[in-house]
Amino acid sequence: MLEIIIQLAASFIASAGFGILFNAPKKSLIPCGLVGMAGWIFFYTLRDFHVDIVAATTFAAILVSILSQLCSRILKRPIIIFTVSGIIPLVPGGVAFNAMRNFVENDYNTAIQLSAQVMLLAGGIAIGLMFSQVINQMMLKLHKAKL
Amino acid sequence: MKKSSVTVEKICLLAGKIMLASGAETYRVEDTMDRIAKSYGVENPQSYATLTGLHFSLDYTSSSYFLRITKRATDLHKIDDVNQLSREIVANQIPLEAAYHKMEMLEKNSLSFSLRFQILAATLVSGCFSLMFGGTWPDFLPACFAGCIGYLMMILFDKMIEIRFLAEFIGASFIGLTAASCFLLGFGASLEMIIIGAVMPLVPGLPITNAIRDLMAGHLVSGVSKGIESLLTAVAIGAGIAMVYGFFPV
Repeated sequence: MLEIIIQLAASFIASAGFGILFNAPKKSLIPCGLVGMAGWIFFYTLRDFHVDIVAATTFAAILVSILSQLCSRILKRPIIIFTVSGIIPLVPGGVAFNAMRNFVENDYNTAIQLSAQVMLLAGGIAIGLMFSQVINQMMLKLHKAKL
Repeated sequence: MKKSSVTVEKICLLAGKIMLASGAETYRVEDTMDRIAKSYGVENPQSYATLTGLHFSLDYTSSSYFLRITKRATDLHKIDDVNQLSREIVANQIPLEAAYHKMEMLEKNSLSFSLRFQILAATLVSGCFSLMFGGTWPDFLPACFAGCIGYLMMILFDKMIEIRFLAEFIGASFIGLTAASCFLLGFGASLEMIIIGAVMPLVPGLPITNAIRDLMAGHLVSGVSKGIESLLTAVAIGAGIAMVYGFFPV
């Protein structure tokens, strides 16, 4: 339980901090942090339940993009502000780092395996981001059809 | 339309320039320019934005204007400001001069967060990420320290040499050096976790997201070039860290 609380706090600070690094508007920092926190905790719990890491990243990215869509609608700000800081915790920094390190240590077999995983994880994030765009367009079309 | 020194295309180009230089997605830039032009009664505005330049013409056959974008940074606040202003222009029909004046003020506006605050944020971000990616409490402070030094060096060298790639490389090697020295002095439990956390503030989050969003919107040129931009940054960071690993066999 304590572990989860630490993760929640760390991911909130990390995402909001990224908002500061990217110079996001002050009022949007807390939503940024919340979006990042939700995405990370979802990923973390899925990983704890032994869901494959690529699938977990994809689902978390989908959640992040849906939440960002909501935030951008409610606060009337460009969606990019929320997606950027929300997506950051899901970026496969650790795996990419290990891949690089194995390249340096001349262990090319492991390095290429890890690089392939990085590509898959990045693809997962892309799919997640795409998902919200698709839903958004479908909603707009439905909305227009009703009117 | 009345003749005045400020023309529609001037406002549109300025808006596009601010947005592109702050790191907006190209489809948003084109969309904003078109909206502003349409609100001033232009029927067929034609805009084309890439990462490094901007075209705009009022009609298919009228002469086209070109603007070069040389410096790019990440500034979500400015993107948001231009977005708000363009909404205002569309909703309230602000006169040309006033709108242009407001846009110029926007461009001159300085950063909303001071450098000191940004470095503090980078410090905290580094520590938190090392905790999130599996580090333990002893790694927190070394990661903060290395992240702070790395980000500071990146900003310093970015101002001095104006080649982003090199600045990131130098920032990453400083992170590696600081983390390795902390670790060798007995601080921290895992060098890997310290470095992973400290490197995070340099990660090209915005170009990655933009690349994906632009590719999806069909802006293949900008999408691919943004993808390459983020790949270059990733390679720079990796190479910086790898160099340190090559020197210190830890």
